[in-house]
Amino acid sequence: MIELRNLSIFYGETQVVKEVSLSIARGASFALVGESGSGKSTILKALAGQVTDWTGQIRLGDHSLEHGRDPALVRLCQMVFQDPFGSLHPRKSVDATLSEPLAIHRIGRQNERVLEAMDAVGLARKFRFRLPHQLSGGQRQRVAIARALMLNPPILLLDEPTSALDVSVQAEVLNLLKSLREDHGLTYFLVTHDLPVVSFLCDELGVLRNGELTEVTSVERLKQGNLQSEYGNELLSKSH
Amino acid sequence: MSLLTVENLRVSFPTEQGRVEVVKGISFELGRERLGIVGESGSGKSMTGRALLRLIREPGLVTADQMNFDGIDLLTLPEKGMRSLRGARLSMVMQDPKFSLNPVMRIGDQISEVLRFHGRLNRRARRQRVLQALQSVRIQDPERVYLQYPHEVSGGMGQRIMIAMMVVLEPDLMIADEPTSALDVSVQSQVLDIMDDLVRNKGMGLILISHDLNLVARYCDRILVMFNGRIVESCIASELHQASHPYTRGLLASVPTMDERRERLPVLDRALLEGLETHD
Repeated sequence: MIELRNLSIFYGETQVVKEVSLSIARGASFALVGESGSGKSTILKALAGQVTDWTGQIRLGDHSLEHGRDPALVRLCQMVFQDPFGSLHPRKSVDATLSEPLAIHRIGRQNERVLEAMDAVGLARKFRFRLPHQLSGGQRQRVAIARALMLNPPILLLDEPTSALDVSVQAEVLNLLKSLREDHGLTYFLVTHDLPVVSFLCDELGVLRNGELTEVTSVERLKQGNLQSEYGNELLSKSH
Repeated sequence: MSLLTVENLRVSFPTEQGRVEVVKGISFELGRERLGIVGESGSGKSMTGRALLRLIREPGLVTADQMNFDGIDLLTLPEKGMRSLRGARLSMVMQDPKFSLNPVMRIGDQISEVLRFHGRLNRRARRQRVLQALQSVRIQDPERVYLQYPHEVSGGMGQRIMIAMMVVLEPDLMIADEPTSALDVSVQSQVLDIMDDLVRNKGMGLILISHDLNLVARYCDRILVMFNGRIVESCIASELHQASHPYTRGLLASVPTMDERRERLPVLDRALLEGLETHD
């Protein structure tokens, strides 16, 4: 579903991602882990079309990603951001946030679709006309997930989706992400530094260091505390 | 004798619906030990820390039957006395170095400002103390860092600088409010180890405020669990896993583990917890 071939990404003169190749099957849940500055978020941004200075090939399903603005991209993959406080428009109600993608893409049945999406992410219908500041962190993240699902994309990009949340709320959002994937057959590409979250939500992981992929392995090996690369195990020993 | 005694501490803020209490009468004592306060956002844990330093501004209101630090009554101490206490004997490490360091002041000068305010050292002696403090938080080349600005250092280094600033005067009690949540996992333990060393070697008291149960269990002797402005459980850190309150148990269970086999994570039954509270 997601295929990267010799992907290199540049910020001006600096090469931040070096010749990364990856292949993620349809319906899989893949995690990219690494320290800050390793380039993991940069890869996510390239997939989302936010970073355009890259070489190599990015394929999403049957579609080869173009440099620059690619209108096909938004129907293929959507992103959920880390900070539910910063990623929702403060003066748009839940209803406005969720209807906007439908209006842009001229999709009908807006009323029903908004309600369906709210039901799907477990957000009570009474919140429909609330503004973000009237919602809790967990509820906001539900809105962000619902928004990402409005266009029914097969791929979801998740950028540390729970690290800004309390552990009990994190559990709710992780459960939601897990059941959404099962119900809709979604493919997940998760970027995080929280290895236990990977253990719960994913089945494969890649370890990134200084822009280079040091290993790709099954989450089963992570659960057994036995990654292949030395660096992977070092990362494992540092998290508690 | 205990270093800090708090009895029936209450913090409230006015809202359109009347005053809302965010800390609802908590009491605890602290010796020269490491105390952890855990809870979720909104549990009142940060407000407790701030109230101890009297950092809650109007219209917030702090009341207590007793708030005593090493024989000094923190409730009646005039602001001037409070200022000479803060930093020198009671200090606080904030969450995010990006927002807590002055961006237009060299790092060395920022740390030295504390010494200038509280001490009578001359310029050269101050510089020596700052360099020592930087070294004590394991900064390799203190001379270079002394001259740098906050944006030139990484997050982990920034947080170590904040700690250096707090320990340069060797306070008796350090309050650390989420000192590592803005940092990468790989540097978190490094920063905490440094803090731990300083606390042990200098015999300081520490209050570590965090939402991370496992982290607090690892670095503290005793733990207070807060929920809705109250202390619902108090236990020895090593016995956290035998905690009995449903809130503590719920929090512990909801954290995914490295070897996670559960299909779904258990979530807190908030209605039940709030029900428990009214029956107390």
